[in-house]
Amino acid sequence: MAPTTRTILICSGKGGVGKTTLTANLGIALGRQGIRTVVLDADFGLRNLDLLLGLENRIVYTAQEVLAESCRLDQALVKHKQEPNLALLPAGNPRMLEWLKPEDMQRIASMLADQFDYVLIDCPAGIEDGFKNAVAAAKEAIVVTTPEVSAVRDADRVIGLLNTQGLSPIQLVLNRVRPKMMANQEMLAADDVTDILALPLLGLLLEDEQVIVSTNRGEPLTLTKSNSPAARGYANIARRLQGEDVPLMDPAKEGRGLRAKLWQLMQTKIF
Amino acid sequence: MAMTLRDILNKLLGRQPASATTARERLQLVLAHDRSDLSPELLEQMRREIFEVVAKYVEIDLEGGEVSLETEDRMTALVANLPIKRSIKPAANPPSKADESEDQEPSETKEAEESKESEAGESSD
Repeated sequence: MAPTTRTILICSGKGGVGKTTLTANLGIALGRQGIRTVVLDADFGLRNLDLLLGLENRIVYTAQEVLAESCRLDQALVKHKQEPNLALLPAGNPRMLEWLKPEDMQRIASMLADQFDYVLIDCPAGIEDGFKNAVAAAKEAIVVTTPEVSAVRDADRVIGLLNTQGLSPIQLVLNRVRPKMMANQEMLAADDVTDILALPLLGLLLEDEQVIVSTNRGEPLTLTKSNSPAARGYANIARRLQGEDVPLMDPAKEGRGLRAKLWQLMQTKIF
Repeated sequence: MAMTLRDILNKLLGRQPASATTARERLQLVLAHDRSDLSPELLEQMRREIFEVVAKYVEIDLEGGEVSLETEDRMTALVANLPIKRSIKPAANPPSKADESEDQEPSETKEAEESKESEAGESSD
């Protein structure tokens, strides 16, 4: 029994903003800190967490068999080869959505909480049944968004729903930040997004080509020795989750030349 | 609303504001509506009705009046700004529906008359 287990929903509303990539990388990063972590793929319709973790060929049983009691939980859990502190509970068949209820997800989450310190739930996009089931199982949430109007608007809807379900704390991760565009004011600033959504910022992740390379290989960036901007960002988020005080990266300070300084002066809010 | 040197420069040169500024403004507006679940039509109807009610008590500047939704920290507020020209009656004697129509000044019934007219127009159709 682990009463201090943190069950965290990773959601966004909009699809394609980086929920699954964040789940995979956080799972590895937490595992590397020696924390027993499980990632639960709650996206039964379009599962991908197994693929990003490179575990797609090792799935025997899924959450579906666990719920039907046709296998034990430990038979369904897929342990990560290179990071033994991390396990994946794969999503079942998409047809599960026809009968799956919030109570089913709660049952799975409490079974996982008995064995792990962190349960990270990869939430499906949208705000329909799949989302509601996943929310029911979680206690806290990380909302992922990008500095784009559509992603921020959808995040706002999701935050409203999370608030009514009593999840707390709800923290924000701003993904795909392009410092140059932000400096030129052609991209919403981190402050803009946190002000609008009124959430504390858990982390900021730069747009990074290495993310694509790592998903191609099925090896999350946090697993490799990569020192790419996104790899550092994921690692920092994991440390902040653990209560460590890691300063947030300031995209405006990425450039250090005279031009960058002039730009910074131009962006300073004077009234 | 915060302004930067660049915003001022853009204004002076008549250039479009930076797209991030536009994005912020558009988002704030759309989220105020999303959060309140009010369509622009419903908001407009509510605005008219608020004006009608207030016009019973005080003479308001209809041109300068404004009712809008504003959001801050996930709280959405209905903000009405209705400049008052003068009060119609002493406050000690709030108008009741029955005696109101008899001793009103002509200017202040404008709103009421308009609504009567529109009602009449609808019924004649």
